[in-house]
Amino acid sequence: MITADTASAPRELEHFVSTAPFDPTSAARLTPEQERFYLASQWMLMWWKFKRHRVALVSAVILLLMYASTLVTEVLAPYNLHTRHTDFIYAPPQSVHWIHDGRLIGPFVYELKKTLNMENLRRDYTEETSRPHPLRFFCSGDPYEFWGLVEMSFHVACPGEGATLFLLGTDRLGRDVLSRILYGARISLTIGLIGIAISITLGLVIGGMAGYFGGWVDLLVQRIIEIIRSFPELPLWMALSAVLPVNWSPILIYFGITAILAMLEWTGLARAVRSKLLALREEDYCTAARLMGARPTRIIGRHLLPGFTSHLIASATLSIPGMILGETALSFLGIGLRPPITSWGVLLNEAQNINVVALYPWLMLPVVPVIVVILAFNFFGDGLRDAADPYR
Amino acid sequence: MLRYVGQRLLLMIPTLVAISVIIFVIIQLPPGNYLESYIAELQAQGESVDPQKIAFLRKEYGLDKPLIEQYLYWVWGMLHGDFGYSFEFNLPVTKVIGDRMLLTIGVSFATIVFTWAVAFPIGIYSATHQYSWGDYGLSLLGFLGIAVPNFMLALVMMYLANVLFGTSIGGLMSPEYIGKPWTFAKAMSVLEHSWIPVIVIGTSGTAGMVRKLRANLLDELQKQYVVTARAKGLPPGKVLFKYPLRMALNFFISDIGSILPHIISGTEITAVVLSLPTAGPMLLNALKSQDMYLAGSFLMFLAFMIVVGVLVSDLALAVLDPRIRLQGGVAR
Repeated sequence: MITADTASAPRELEHFVSTAPFDPTSAARLTPEQERFYLASQWMLMWWKFKRHRVALVSAVILLLMYASTLVTEVLAPYNLHTRHTDFIYAPPQSVHWIHDGRLIGPFVYELKKTLNMENLRRDYTEETSRPHPLRFFCSGDPYEFWGLVEMSFHVACPGEGATLFLLGTDRLGRDVLSRILYGARISLTIGLIGIAISITLGLVIGGMAGYFGGWVDLLVQRIIEIIRSFPELPLWMALSAVLPVNWSPILIYFGITAILAMLEWTGLARAVRSKLLALREEDYCTAARLMGARPTRIIGRHLLPGFTSHLIASATLSIPGMILGETALSFLGIGLRPPITSWGVLLNEAQNINVVALYPWLMLPVVPVIVVILAFNFFGDGLRDAADPYR
Repeated sequence: MLRYVGQRLLLMIPTLVAISVIIFVIIQLPPGNYLESYIAELQAQGESVDPQKIAFLRKEYGLDKPLIEQYLYWVWGMLHGDFGYSFEFNLPVTKVIGDRMLLTIGVSFATIVFTWAVAFPIGIYSATHQYSWGDYGLSLLGFLGIAVPNFMLALVMMYLANVLFGTSIGGLMSPEYIGKPWTFAKAMSVLEHSWIPVIVIGTSGTAGMVRKLRANLLDELQKQYVVTARAKGLPPGKVLFKYPLRMALNFFISDIGSILPHIISGTEITAVVLSLPTAGPMLLNALKSQDMYLAGSFLMFLAFMIVVGVLVSDLALAVLDPRIRLQGGVAR
């Protein structure tokens, strides 16, 4: 209602132009917290989701540490891979003490004294408790060639002068088991990585073709996978590694075994890729790309692959343990890797008979890192798989 | 149903043909053959080798023929129950491996039964008591079962059985019964020895199956029909056993196809450690000494076992679940 005295005032509001820039979110402004969440990238979301999986996180850290250790094995190991202590054959694990004669003198070991038990002809080792031999840290010990290149003799921990440091005992040639386990990690851990790289490549190419082209290609690939899957893994691995020529160098054998392991493992990955592609290629954005004239390689690589990279990584992680176990089993049977190449399986080969279990149980210790790695990869893979689809 | 069975049987043929080709290629791959290493061994021992005898052996074993002919000869023989000739044992392969095959089948079958018997209750418990201490404990045990290598478990169990129960080490029966006719005491001895391999081989398969059963059952338990059934006032036990469990059972049958290769692999390596008279140790030797027909027949037999096992599980699934029959085609 317009009253009389307002008649002099302008009837309408003047044309108003705000100088502030247009802000469509002004009505419902996100708090910085929300903004951080809603605008996070897919990988960021995956990381947040993965972090919530405590066991997986711990496993990831363990794996990271183990892989990092393979970079500086020579420094970490108290002895070399092949250093033999002929006076200490089948010595049991030595323990590290702290207190001598009621006095704290830091970590030290006692000297081992060997006596031959004439009744059962076993070597008995006793500790000579009269004199402590403190451990040395960041010291110079067994000389080695770092990465086979630089001559060095630096170790993180060495035995005291005149004493020995066999934390996990020695084997039938008097070699330190702990050092050998550390060196074995290099081979055992990388075999999984190289193997998985080969199987991912095979799985991506073959599964990708099957899933994208469909039709008879798909049918053929499905058949091949089915045939490979109906082989019992281990006997086939055994047969294939028996094929490797005896006169090959250890490093060639290593790659040969890895390739053999990968040859059976790619089927699972190929299947995963295929089923994901079959679902994704029906999406509208894929049709759009096709209509615009993109070639299959571009569509697969640029549009489809990013859609399931995370899933692929998760299932690849879950198939690494199988390979590590496979190598261990083959080497254990004596048809996988052969000394001087040392993997955990090669070490376990020494623990093949029941005498070892009864008399020298510490020779079975290489099984511990195998179990830890297998468990860690399983938990890590589980966590990755749960986090792979963060939008759910 | 008949049509489905027919389809599955026909599909087996190309699979088996492909498998036999692959196996033949693999056993032919190593340079040289058994005969050559045999001759070399004789010469090394200072014995003279009669060239006529070599030619005779070569001809007898068909080693002078082209590879394709050798392959056809091998396959043709297998179709007639003739698995070739073991060079190492100087016996027809059938004679060498007959008993071992039976024992392999026996141990594998016992392991499957063990896997089911253990995985079933544990899986149900874990799914119905999700996130309880029992669930966590059993999951941890299951993970350990996956992670501990079979052969190490076999060694330790063998040792424990010897120390705790006085079971003799290795083999599938006590030494005094080997080669004797079957008696009650011998059967008991076999039973006493066979639980170790069954448990050792079964652990990893069981652990995998528990995890899958748990996941499947958890999926089913969240579905609406379960909520409906519960809302209607059905007792919890009946809700569980009447519907979701039956759905989960399907997977139990169909999963045989995927655990069978693992069980057979496990049988092989465990058999080597425990020196069981099954296929494993002999296959290892045959591969090492290039006794090609023996190795080939072993591999062929093991693959055949898996193919048949998958077929049986597919057929059983088709009987249980009509949806699979209607789809026709292959369900794997």
